[in-house]
Amino acid sequence: MGQVMPLEGNNAVAEAMRQINPDVVAAYPITPSTEIVQTFAKFVSDGKVHTNFVAVESEHSAMSACTAAAAAGGRVMNATSANGLALMWEILYITASLRQPVVLTVVNRALSGNINIHCDHSDGMGARDSGWIQIYGENAQEGYDNCIQAIAIAEREDVRLPVMNCIDGFLVSHAYEMVEVEEDQAIQDWVGPYKPVRPLLDIENPYTMGPLDLWDYYFEHKRSQISAYPGALDAIAEESKRFGDAFGREYGLMECVELEDADVAVVALGSTAGMCKDVVADLRSKGVKAGLLKLRVFRPFPATQIAQALKNCKAVAVFDRAASFGAASGPLYSEVVAGLYSHGVQIPCVDVIYGLGGREIRPEQIAAIFSDLEGVKSSGQPKDPVSYVGVRE
Amino acid sequence: MSDRVYAKDAGWKDMAPGGIIPQAGNAEEYHTGGWRTFRPVRDDDKCINCLQCWIYCPDNAIKVIDQKVAGIPYDLDHCKGCGVCADICPVKCIEMKVEAEFEDEH
Repeated sequence: MGQVMPLEGNNAVAEAMRQINPDVVAAYPITPSTEIVQTFAKFVSDGKVHTNFVAVESEHSAMSACTAAAAAGGRVMNATSANGLALMWEILYITASLRQPVVLTVVNRALSGNINIHCDHSDGMGARDSGWIQIYGENAQEGYDNCIQAIAIAEREDVRLPVMNCIDGFLVSHAYEMVEVEEDQAIQDWVGPYKPVRPLLDIENPYTMGPLDLWDYYFEHKRSQISAYPGALDAIAEESKRFGDAFGREYGLMECVELEDADVAVVALGSTAGMCKDVVADLRSKGVKAGLLKLRVFRPFPATQIAQALKNCKAVAVFDRAASFGAASGPLYSEVVAGLYSHGVQIPCVDVIYGLGGREIRPEQIAAIFSDLEGVKSSGQPKDPVSYVGVRE
Repeated sequence: MSDRVYAKDAGWKDMAPGGIIPQAGNAEEYHTGGWRTFRPVRDDDKCINCLQCWIYCPDNAIKVIDQKVAGIPYDLDHCKGCGVCADICPVKCIEMKVEAEFEDEH
């Protein structure tokens, strides 16, 4: 049996990394993910893991070293936030293109400028096209559980893609919660030993990785990479089921709360989804047919499953904790609406951009959004669907 | 083209995951000489065979046979015309000439 203990989100992730005991962690600390690296570095110096910890000079170097270590045949993990993730940008695409199963915990934080250390999803959303799987956790328990599942998903031979384990900066990373930490041996057994595919250190079987690739083959290679993602979505669901069977917590691709008969529903990522659950329960007790779709897996984007889950709703609000400057709407809204449209689900949808730079959102604001959806339900799709909640006019 | 690399008409389903070439040691088959704007030309009488050009060539375009530089450029299929050899040469026996002056197919 596992042990329930009070842990911050960051320390819950560090515990998962200690139990996984990766071969290489090459990291450069940045708020609010610093504690993950700091705590894990202590595990290394205390001899609790066998990990080769590489103290690099930047995040660009961190992800370069991680990608190379994975190509060499190692099990590799890392953590970062915001500007640190931005500095990894070039290498993020390369990690995914080379199909290296690196696991990176992203403690979501606003990108500069101006300088802000608090939570929003601009960092993760900015990396959405890089080819990494992205899983968003609601709380410290999910940060721990998703970190463990991430390594299993990434390393599956039918996936072979890097995974971002995303948790909200400060709201999850620095908040103490009761977390069920499983036994070390149980986690090691569940994850299993790593069997690298074609490690570069296998000098008896050399091959060519990352060569020049111009108009003649690059497009075929990208098309081949694209073909990996639908299968990865199935693999995430399978690993979730396997994790649930072993430890009793199964998450699937998304969590549907009271959606089956909901008239009005919201879609949210991360910690905000937790507050939405309370609001939905409160509204249900007052007779409002409210529902929530907590999206866990943003990449690959489960458009079919989202359309299926929302198809009976009469009005939907999508919560975006990131702006997409110059775009018609926030990134999550754009993808949800495109997914609904392409599946023949035409229901009025609004976009709620909120919480940028750690701006607090409160239950009464979420309740007001549900209340507005009652109006949208009868008036139909608004021409300008984007609103900003929590910003001073 | 060697049979070790993909056929010219290979489709995306033929590609190994990760954009790899499943064999090693095939960079030689990728000809980069077409990028060249300037071509190195050596004055054989001035060359002292110090092999600095061979050491510094970022590709493998300069070959050494019996401890002597075997012509500059030895390999026009891979020389990109960067001029490092001309720059490093202590006796300045390598001149970079505009590629358009040459009529051969390289």
